[in-house]
Amino acid sequence: MSTATMEHAPVESTGIPNGKLGTWLFLASEVMLFATLFTSYIVLRVAAPSWPRGWDVLNVPLATLNTFILITSSVTIVMAHAKVLEKDKAGFRRYMFFTLLLSFGFLIVKSFEYASKFQHHHYPATSIFYAIYFTTTGLHGIHVIGGILFNAGLMIWGAGDGWEDPLFAGRVEYAGLYWHFVDIVWIFLFPALYLL
Amino acid sequence: MKDHSEHGEHNGAHQDDFVGKYIFSVDHKVIGLQYLFTSMFFLLFGFTLVLLMRWQLAYPGTRIPLIGSLLPLSLAPGGVMLPSFYNSLGAMHGTIMVFLGIVPLGVGAFGNYVLPLQIGAPDMAFPRMNMMSYWSYLPGGCLMLLSFFLPGGAAQSGWTSYPPLSVINPGQTTWLIAMVFLITSSLLGSINFIVTTLNMRAQGMTLWRMPVFVWAQFVTAILLLLAFPPLEAASILQLMDRVAGTSFYIPANLVVGGKLLDHTGGGQPLLWQHLFWFLAHPEVYVLILPAMGIVAEIIANNTRKPLFGYKEIVGAMIFLGGMSFVVWAHHMFLSGMTPALSNFFLVTTMIISVPSVALLTCLVFSLHGGSIRFTVPMLFALAFLPMFGIGGLTGLPLGMPVTDIYLHDTYYVIGHFHYVVVTGTIIALMGGTYFWFPKWFGRRMSEGWGKFHFWTTLLCMNGVFMPMFIMGMAGASRRLYDPTAQLHNLTTQPMNVVSTISAILLMTAQIPFLVNFFYSIFHGEKCDSNPWHVTTLDWACPSPPPHGNFAKPPRVYRGPYEYSLPGAKADWIPQDVKEAA
Amino acid sequence: MSDHKAHSEAAHVKIYMMVFGALMVLTIVTVLVSYLHLPPALGILIGLAIATTKASLVATFFMHLKWERRLIYGLLGLTVFFMIVLFAVPIVDNHGLKPNIIHYDQPAAEEAHH
Repeated sequence: MSTATMEHAPVESTGIPNGKLGTWLFLASEVMLFATLFTSYIVLRVAAPSWPRGWDVLNVPLATLNTFILITSSVTIVMAHAKVLEKDKAGFRRYMFFTLLLSFGFLIVKSFEYASKFQHHHYPATSIFYAIYFTTTGLHGIHVIGGILFNAGLMIWGAGDGWEDPLFAGRVEYAGLYWHFVDIVWIFLFPALYLL
Repeated sequence: MKDHSEHGEHNGAHQDDFVGKYIFSVDHKVIGLQYLFTSMFFLLFGFTLVLLMRWQLAYPGTRIPLIGSLLPLSLAPGGVMLPSFYNSLGAMHGTIMVFLGIVPLGVGAFGNYVLPLQIGAPDMAFPRMNMMSYWSYLPGGCLMLLSFFLPGGAAQSGWTSYPPLSVINPGQTTWLIAMVFLITSSLLGSINFIVTTLNMRAQGMTLWRMPVFVWAQFVTAILLLLAFPPLEAASILQLMDRVAGTSFYIPANLVVGGKLLDHTGGGQPLLWQHLFWFLAHPEVYVLILPAMGIVAEIIANNTRKPLFGYKEIVGAMIFLGGMSFVVWAHHMFLSGMTPALSNFFLVTTMIISVPSVALLTCLVFSLHGGSIRFTVPMLFALAFLPMFGIGGLTGLPLGMPVTDIYLHDTYYVIGHFHYVVVTGTIIALMGGTYFWFPKWFGRRMSEGWGKFHFWTTLLCMNGVFMPMFIMGMAGASRRLYDPTAQLHNLTTQPMNVVSTISAILLMTAQIPFLVNFFYSIFHGEKCDSNPWHVTTLDWACPSPPPHGNFAKPPRVYRGPYEYSLPGAKADWIPQDVKEAA
Repeated sequence: MSDHKAHSEAAHVKIYMMVFGALMVLTIVTVLVSYLHLPPALGILIGLAIATTKASLVATFFMHLKWERRLIYGLLGLTVFFMIVLFAVPIVDNHGLKPNIIHYDQPAAEEAHH
């Protein structure tokens, strides 16, 4: 599968590659998406007569572990990109593999958390607190899954034709941008839900 | 499919099979036409829905002629529509017209087809994503239509979907899921438009040499990019309320039909309103901006002179786009929100009227000193000006709380926004259709039938919506199944009849247009690549353009509206011509 | 261009590791602070400050914003501006409406407020 793009006469352009500009635009829209969820959280919490403190009802140690996992995966994915630029195919595969491993780790920890909540009969409908908790972490989790799919796709493509493709390095970078964004959302979500 | 690095080759996408060329095409022109035909269908469907409503409004409680007997018992027993069906028609008419009709036509069809041509690009920046954009729109649209046939029927809580009603009413879940498809389509499209406009302009096509149409689409895309996600998130929350029993929007102790609702409560209906209108206000500028872009192009071409105030028009569009994000709660003056916010939004709303007026004024001033050619596109473009003027001016009393207290949720509001969208945007889109038809199909539509279509359409549109201002000021409530239930409406009830008859005639007037349109695709008079003598790049390629658009990449030497340049031999100089002949 | 980037990437790797360390430390700090069970206002302020610092580190260095072009800053600035508007209005609205909110499980709180 080739992504051969048209080389043609000079164009009036911003100098930012299409894929990078497109990725940042996408991330801008994602900022608005998660901002809406945070706004809803703030509004509903402030209006509530009472609101549990995060550390009383949620599993802070597990979530802290998840925070470490996600931060580390951000490092591994940026290293994966560095390896692509260095033309180190094995290095890329190694770091991308770790990124995927850590991402799955995140989801596994998350599912332990959810399972424990369900066992205690805490569902989204149980209270507005749990509604916020499940919906925001759930949507974040869906974004993690999306990232896993894209990153896995890159690994597969990189193992084949992709490594020689001129667009490969850029796409690894864009995957990284997306992944860092997912990390940033968690960086805010973690204290907002668990530590306050 | 090996590397092709020559001019004219295209993104590795050699689509030789029928499916690749016409169904899952990545060519922006094919996708544009897909959007064109699909949106036209949805517009007609949405129009049909409101015709049913209009019958009920003019002759409440009577049997709907012709199709009344075909409607099921659950919707219209004995051919008389039930209030719940009326509500579904209202909610779906609005939803379909806005999200399945106007935006896909103005942005998906016109934008997709014309924008790359006007900047001299071979295609969009991301052709495959463009294809995915259409193929997200179509399933979303089909799901919206399908909702009529699902248990419970179609959504019936207004296109505004206010909770708590929308959380407990049937049909809403499908609406919300369909909206996720449509929002995805919009998001992919807006990214494409922005990157294409910024990164794929032909050499010499600086930002200030771009046609106004391109600027309009560019600003529109930014609005779509940043304003839709809050509605997406809000819709997910409403979906959770409906499906997972959460109470994001449900207050505690809500009693419905004598029974306590099975939600824990703690939610806020106002939260939905804020999040919905955060999108829905920029959305109305998404409805009008492409139309303004189209009108600008047609006026420049048919006055044979440059537009008055090109930079001011572009500046006004950008300012309008930015302001559109901070005016939304003028839709909520009567919602019970904090009165202090009403003051804030009053101020921003008054400010936003300034660029609109500036834009319209520039377009009107563009006529002065022009050699006006009264072609069919120009008739529509000219009509747009006073019609949008009426629409805009009637918005002012709605933007001020003191008068909105009286006018909110009356027919005055319906009159206002239909004047902007129907006599404004739809008139512009019709004009644009006649204007770009030769580019899309290499043939011309019939001018005679075009003129007939224009006059009948303009007259009937005014017949439908002008009475609504009077009805509204007389106190007629909107979203009311039986207008005669309000005794004070009995005086203005004849106006409902005028509206309905005008609406039926309006639909009838579209028949010759549709015949003209489809007949001309195959048998219209053939024309050369630039029959209107337009200066912009979209007319500097064959009609219709081949795959890749331009035989060799264009080079731009001048601005977009060099008509009647002093000293030039011809009254127009295309953008890609170096020497003024 | 990729050669130039590969060269500077080596220098970047060092920065990545330093940022990684900082992020880990800040995470530990924010969790420890939470054990102090501070009153909400202070807790939110500190938590937000630490989170913003962490996010800025990720954005500046991992996402290469430090070396990015102005257009991206402009886009992000516009987005942040609209985001602030999106936050501010419902929060202000909510604040203004607080006296009018009746909490059914706390009838004593519904003092008329005119």
